[in-house]
Amino acid sequence: MSTTDLSIKPSSEALLKNTGNVGVRPPRNYAQFIRWILLFGGGILMIMPIIYMLSTSFKFPFEVYNLNLIPEEPTLENYQLVLEDGRFFNWFTNSLVIAVLTTVSNVFFDSMVGYALCKFKFPGRYIVFIAILSTLMIPTEMLVIPWYLMSTKLGWLDTYWGIMFPGMMTAFGVFLMKQFFETVPDDFLEAARIDGLNEFQIWWTVAMPLVKPALAALAIFVFLGNWTAFIWPLIVTNSQELYTLPVGLTTFSVEQQVEWELIMTGAALSTLPTLIVFLIFQRFIIRGVVMAGLKG
Amino acid sequence: MAFYKNLTISQKQIVWAWCFLAVPTVFYVTIRFYPTANAILVSFQDWNLLGTRTWTGIDNYVKLFNDPVFWKVFQNTFLYLIIGTPVSLVIAFVVAYHIDKVRFMHGTIRALYFVPFMTSAVAMAWVWRWFYQPVPIGVFNNFLASLGIAQIEFLNSTTNALPAILAPAVWAGLGFQIIIFMAGLRAIPQTYYEAARIDGVSPMATLWEITLPLLKPTIVFLVVFSSIGFLRIFDQVFNMTTNNPGGPLNSTKPLVLMIYDTAFNGFDMGYAAAQTVVLFLVLLVVSLLQLRILRDR
Repeated sequence: MSTTDLSIKPSSEALLKNTGNVGVRPPRNYAQFIRWILLFGGGILMIMPIIYMLSTSFKFPFEVYNLNLIPEEPTLENYQLVLEDGRFFNWFTNSLVIAVLTTVSNVFFDSMVGYALCKFKFPGRYIVFIAILSTLMIPTEMLVIPWYLMSTKLGWLDTYWGIMFPGMMTAFGVFLMKQFFETVPDDFLEAARIDGLNEFQIWWTVAMPLVKPALAALAIFVFLGNWTAFIWPLIVTNSQELYTLPVGLTTFSVEQQVEWELIMTGAALSTLPTLIVFLIFQRFIIRGVVMAGLKG
Repeated sequence: MAFYKNLTISQKQIVWAWCFLAVPTVFYVTIRFYPTANAILVSFQDWNLLGTRTWTGIDNYVKLFNDPVFWKVFQNTFLYLIIGTPVSLVIAFVVAYHIDKVRFMHGTIRALYFVPFMTSAVAMAWVWRWFYQPVPIGVFNNFLASLGIAQIEFLNSTTNALPAILAPAVWAGLGFQIIIFMAGLRAIPQTYYEAARIDGVSPMATLWEITLPLLKPTIVFLVVFSSIGFLRIFDQVFNMTTNNPGGPLNSTKPLVLMIYDTAFNGFDMGYAAAQTVVLFLVLLVVSLLQLRILRDR
């Protein structure tokens, strides 16, 4: 009995579908299930490089060539070796200081410029805006040679300032912040003006708190960009003490040559900070990236 | 202070505006505009950093256009763009389209695809480089060996190396493109879909006639944004070919790597500056063309 039931059901459904009956849908749950499995599988595949990196960083050299994800004999020896080197700690500090300082600078200056262009009426406003926006069209790579010449002349080679100065402000940030200050009602600012606040105080205490989500989005982008920046730090630094993590990792990996477990440990050490931050502030970061991507 | 008090409200605004803009103006003039002009200027000079700067007119550009390495590099740069942009956009759209329809563990799945965007290109270049090693080291070839399939030369082959280097770049960018696509899909009013369903429009037709046309602003943004990224590829190439940058036989060398080599290994600043000007023009022309073509449609 049951077999006949099963054989009839699909055909009757197909018949109904052919009549174009609105109420009939394909077996949704089944399709949904397949879709979910494929998406989830794809997602796991996406993080496989990261998983392999982490897994190998806990393996002894003899096990590196094994495809298993969980080390048979997990070890912290690689981390010990890499950290005993001392340079990683140094590079980590450099990257952190540089990324934090450039982020603070961008949040401060980009929003200051964005606010001025949005809320003050003054001659030349449009020209200033277009001039700043036009720098978006100029690729960093076109400026590295002049920046290098400038740094040589002014003694900025091999200094934190030398690494940081090109990124202290970005046109992207100005544009993003200007967009968000448009949403701050002028009445709020007028009320503060009547209360006797000066323009700087109005910007800092009234307008800035209202665009916090945008500031956070900008901060995420700038921090990530500077944390992973490679070409300029590579050019401007000569001594290893001044290297940032990506430049240091390149040097370290070239030295190691075939000791992949140590290279993976170094790679893990330079990736983990951002990964951990992401795991904690996941929703927040994704929202920020969408916001910056769509408005910027 | 007395002077300030005598100003009208609009004059006060002007004063304040320039107070806000003072430091940034200095920054943009010295760190953006002056270097841009300087790059163009140096591109017309012969200069090896130590010797004197001599004016050579368009010699650097003539040399560039007669340099076979430049044309190889030019071709590579466009290969990164022509393969990278469509492949990553199609994958990103397909994934975003389906994640948008999934409720169960929606956030987790989205996060899985987004995670690679948070990694550093240098670190991941080394991970992928390890993957590509021959047996018994590399993961890919070990996997192929376990299935009994012949080995593939990845980074040592003049034909396979470029796509092999492009793969981690595409992989790392997918997360960003997916969430931007998802935001774009969310912005399409549900009423369009309801209307289509009532009219009995097939899912495929709905996709082509409703979803894609309404996603056009998102698509334009992602095409231009990711094209600029692929044309400027450097970190992955540099780190995956450290023993022979841009190799084998210049088959993976992009324009930015050629600029880096000329300027900081050859110290031929004038020639390198001319290459940066070409890079700038390529980026400008490609983005303007894309905006033109995509907006008109």
